[in-house]
Amino acid sequence: MTAEKGDVIISVKDLKKYYNGESIKALDGVTTDIRKGEVVVIIGPSGSGKSTFLRSLNLLERPTSGTITFDGVDITSKATDINKLRQRMGMVFQHFNLFPHLTIIKNMTLGPIKLRGMSKAEAERRSKVLLERVGLVDRADAYPSQLSGGQKQRIAIVRALAMNPDVMLFDEPTSALDPEMVGEVLEVMKDLAKSGMTMVCVTHEMGFAREVGTRVIFMDCGKIIEENTPEQIFTNPQNERLVSFLQKVL
Amino acid sequence: MLSFLSSLYSGVVFLAGEAAGQSSSGSAGDIWQSLRDDFINNFISEKRYMYLLKGLGITFQVTFFAALLGILLGIVVALIRSSYDKLKDEMRPGFAKGLLGFFNFIAKFYLTIIRGTPVVVQLMIAYFIIFAASNNKVLVAILAFGFNSGAYVAEIIRSGIMSIDNGQFEAGRSLGFGYIRTMIHIIIPQAFKNVLPALANEFIVLIKETSVSGYVGLQDLTKGGDIIRSRTYSAFMPLIAVALIYLVIVIFFSRMVTLLERRLRNSDR
Repeated sequence: MTAEKGDVIISVKDLKKYYNGESIKALDGVTTDIRKGEVVVIIGPSGSGKSTFLRSLNLLERPTSGTITFDGVDITSKATDINKLRQRMGMVFQHFNLFPHLTIIKNMTLGPIKLRGMSKAEAERRSKVLLERVGLVDRADAYPSQLSGGQKQRIAIVRALAMNPDVMLFDEPTSALDPEMVGEVLEVMKDLAKSGMTMVCVTHEMGFAREVGTRVIFMDCGKIIEENTPEQIFTNPQNERLVSFLQKVL
Repeated sequence: MLSFLSSLYSGVVFLAGEAAGQSSSGSAGDIWQSLRDDFINNFISEKRYMYLLKGLGITFQVTFFAALLGILLGIVVALIRSSYDKLKDEMRPGFAKGLLGFFNFIAKFYLTIIRGTPVVVQLMIAYFIIFAASNNKVLVAILAFGFNSGAYVAEIIRSGIMSIDNGQFEAGRSLGFGYIRTMIHIIIPQAFKNVLPALANEFIVLIKETSVSGYVGLQDLTKGGDIIRSRTYSAFMPLIAVALIYLVIVIFFSRMVTLLERRLRNSDR
C-alpha cells in the first residue's frame, strides 16, 4: 500500500455500463476520485446506477468502457490480476452472503488462510479480535442460520475486514434488515469510519450519510448529478432532481 | 392367506409344466412339501444357489465401479456445463472461451445421446460394437453403465450448483477467490450436500438397471436366476428369489438415504 491519507486511491474515468447494446445505460459516463480515508456515500433513486457503480469498483460488474484505477493500477486492463486486487477491497452485500456451510469463525478465516497464506491459529486469533470489536465473539462457532439479520451483517463486515482491505465497499448494507437491527450495523460502520477506513457506501440511510459521510454523491440515470459535502447536499441542494429526491426520502 | 398362496403357487407350478400328478387344491402339508421340493430342486441341487451368489457378486461389482465412474464423469461434465453457463457472458473472446465452448458442446452431445437412448441398447452397442474386441464382459458393463449413470449424475450435480445463490459466488469472488477456488471452497461443498440424497437415489436406480446385463451374456443376479429357470423349468422360485434379493438391497439403501437426509437436515438447523 502506497497511498497516504488524502491521496487518490480509486480513480474512475468516464465509466459506462450498457446492457442490450446501448438500449439500457446503467452507467453513463461516471468520473470521480476516491481518496484515502474518505467515507463516500452514494445516494439516488432505485435504478439510478449506484449499485452498478459500486459493483464495478471491484469488477463484479464489468464496465462496457472507461477505466478504474486502484492504487495506481488499471483494474479494467486485461493484464491485471483482479483476484489479487479484490483481496484489498472488502465488500459487504445487501443480503450478507455468509457461507451457510461454515461456522462464523470459518467464514472469517477462509480468505486469510487460503488467500493470504496465514496460519490457522493466527487467522483465528485475528478473527477473534474483530469479533470482539462487533460484540459477537461468543458466536464464533455458530452457523450463520443461527444468527439474526443484524448479527449476520456485522459478521459479513468483519469477514471482509479479516482480509485487511484498504477500501470497504458497502452495497445497501441495511436494506434487508428489520428496522430494529439497522442501528447495530450502522454503529459498526461508524466505528469503522472513525478508525480511518476508506469507505464507499450505497445506502438509503440519510442519517448515516449526513453524520458519517465525508462526501455524498447523488446519482440518477447512470450519471453523477451532484457531489458535495453532506452539509451542502442536505441543506443546500442545487439540482432539482436532488431536491425532489430529498423531499421524498427525508 | 395360506389357501390363496397355495392356489397361486400350484397355479404357477401348473403353468410351469410341473403340475403332473398334483392336485390344484392340495392340503397345506402337500403345499409345504412341494415348496420344499421346489426349493431344493432350484437352489440346493447341483449347488444352483451359486448362480445367485456369483450373480449378486457381479451385480455389486458392476454397480459399485459404474457408480464411481459415473460420479467422476458427472462432476466433470457438471463443472463444464455450469462453468460455461456462468462464465460465457463475462469471459472475453479468446482461446480459453473457445475451449470451454468446445467442451460444453461435447458435454451436451454426450448428455443428449445417453439420455435419449435406452441403457440396454447402449450396453449392447458397447459390447458388440465399441468393445467388440474385448471379452471382458464385466469391464464393458462397468464402462457402459458408468457412462450412462454419468449423464444423470451430471444433471443432478449441475442442478445442485445452479441452486446455490449467486450471492455466494459473488461473496467468494469479492474476497479474492478465483473462479475455480470459489467453486472448490464455497459452491461445491454446498451443492454436494444439497444433492447427496438425489445421488444416493441414482445409485439405487443403477443397481436395478444393471439387471439388463444378461443381454450381453454377463451373469449378474438376474441372469443367474434366469439360468436356474432354464435348468429346472421352474420359474417361480428363482425369479421370486431374484426379486426378493433386489428388494432387500434397495430397501437397505433407501433406508440409508433416509438416514442421510435426516442427518443433513440436522446440520442445517
